[in-house]
Amino acid sequence: MKKSTKILLGFLFGIIALFWFYPFIIVIINALKGKRGIFQNPLWFTRDFTFSNFKTAYQALDFTSSFFNSLVITVASVIVITLVSAAAAYALSRVKGPFSSILYYLCAGTMLIPFQSIMIPLLSLFGKVNFLNRTSLVIMNTGLSVSLSIILFYGAFQGVSKTLDEAAALDGAYPFKTFVYIIFPAVSPMTGTVVILNAMKIWNDYLLPSLVVNKDGMYTIPLKMYSFFGETNSQWQLALAGLVLSMVPIIILFLLLQKQVMTSVTEGAIK
Amino acid sequence: MLIKKHQYLAFVLPAVFFILLIIVVPFLIGIYYSFTDSNGLRSSFIGWKNFEVLFQDSTFLQSFWLTVKFSFVSVILINLVGLAFALIVTSHNNRLTKSLRTIFFMPNLIGGILLGFIWQFIFTSAFQAIAAAFHLDFFKGWLSNPSTGFWGIVILFVWQMSGYIMLIYISFLNAIPKNTIQAAVLDGAKATQIFFFIQLPQLAPAFTISLFLTLANSFKLYEQNLALTNGGPYRSTEMISMYIYNTAFVNFQQGYAQAAGIILFLCVTIVSFIQLALSRKREG
Repeated sequence: MKKSTKILLGFLFGIIALFWFYPFIIVIINALKGKRGIFQNPLWFTRDFTFSNFKTAYQALDFTSSFFNSLVITVASVIVITLVSAAAAYALSRVKGPFSSILYYLCAGTMLIPFQSIMIPLLSLFGKVNFLNRTSLVIMNTGLSVSLSIILFYGAFQGVSKTLDEAAALDGAYPFKTFVYIIFPAVSPMTGTVVILNAMKIWNDYLLPSLVVNKDGMYTIPLKMYSFFGETNSQWQLALAGLVLSMVPIIILFLLLQKQVMTSVTEGAIK
Repeated sequence: MLIKKHQYLAFVLPAVFFILLIIVVPFLIGIYYSFTDSNGLRSSFIGWKNFEVLFQDSTFLQSFWLTVKFSFVSVILINLVGLAFALIVTSHNNRLTKSLRTIFFMPNLIGGILLGFIWQFIFTSAFQAIAAAFHLDFFKGWLSNPSTGFWGIVILFVWQMSGYIMLIYISFLNAIPKNTIQAAVLDGAKATQIFFFIQLPQLAPAFTISLFLTLANSFKLYEQNLALTNGGPYRSTEMISMYIYNTAFVNFQQGYAQAAGIILFLCVTIVSFIQLALSRKREG
């Protein structure tokens, strides 16, 4: 390729990227303005410049509390999902038999069911026993995520040689010990994938939390953002500052773990 | 056998418990619900009535048709854009293409509610400013019109999903041996020839995966729909998930909404089996 074409192409790609990134830019720019600045020109900076929206939005979103709710729910769910599905997948990969195949097909089959097709009975089931809180949300997140996680782990455990298990057994280790100390650590890249995929999904989820923990003191970030947006009444500067605050944690985390996140997402889709 | 029976059960039972409690049991109850007139408090069995009424309910039919149209359009656009992005970022290996990959993927990190609000601002305030500055009526009132509102959701969804689908195409493009392409270049093949005769055939499995991933996701779309248009104006941009939600939790017709949920399940299942059959056929 000639050098001039190369530069031209680079320029073109740059423009496409800028265009793709512009929605983020426009949100940040207008979060730094007063109401008047947004009205004058929402497309770029105006002389109206302020940081005060962030403070107001932070308080209105009760951000400390929403952030910790989101964090606790996500971390708890991800831990339970990872342990439960890794254990099950290990047993499936080591013991072949009718029960294992049934379980495998159960996982593959339940992955087909859209959440919207079970949400009404699920809610009435938990509502009847008055069990709608952060704990039940963690239980539901687990139930909705173990199927895919088992299938992902299953693939990874298949790749770990059974001679490792046998060697451990000869040394007198019980299967539980073999699993915890030898086999589970051997699939840590897949554990990373399972953790990242589920964490992203649960952190961003709105529909299920809106049905289960839509009450004071239990709001997650997306829930609080939704109700805050309704209250701001087209005071866009506040809504946008709230959006920036809500996006910052996940974007920072992504920039730190970029490579791992992209590999995980690809693996989750292709498997 | 290294793992004894009781040990095996200890490993698998927690997972079985969660799957049964959260998915299987509600699903079975859901099938029963769809044959009742449940309003959340009391219910009685009414046979196929819900399904009969659904197929004459113009709101349902409209939301169903809208979902099909939406899925069709977004599947095509997302795959085109995603493939184009994949070709761009794999064309060279330098700092520019690396940052492009990050930028293209970034919208996928953000949840549907936040995405909806971002684009609501763009379609209202930013578009309004463009319309005023350049006297272009095209940019006016996008979300207050059923047809541009529909395209608004499509644009949002393409922005969100293209980077994700790009990753799938990248992984298949990277799997093509480098020396195949080098050999073609030595033989004097043009970039377009390399694309159509070497890369495209290798991408066939990626197409199947991406097509059905986007299809499944667009059929289930809810949060973006809620935050961007909330189904408005006048329920004209309400897709099937939102229809189910509103029927169940706003109008309290839970049995009726569940029947729509069963129809959604059937659609997703049929689509998945077609995919399975297609990829089996290719492997076999």
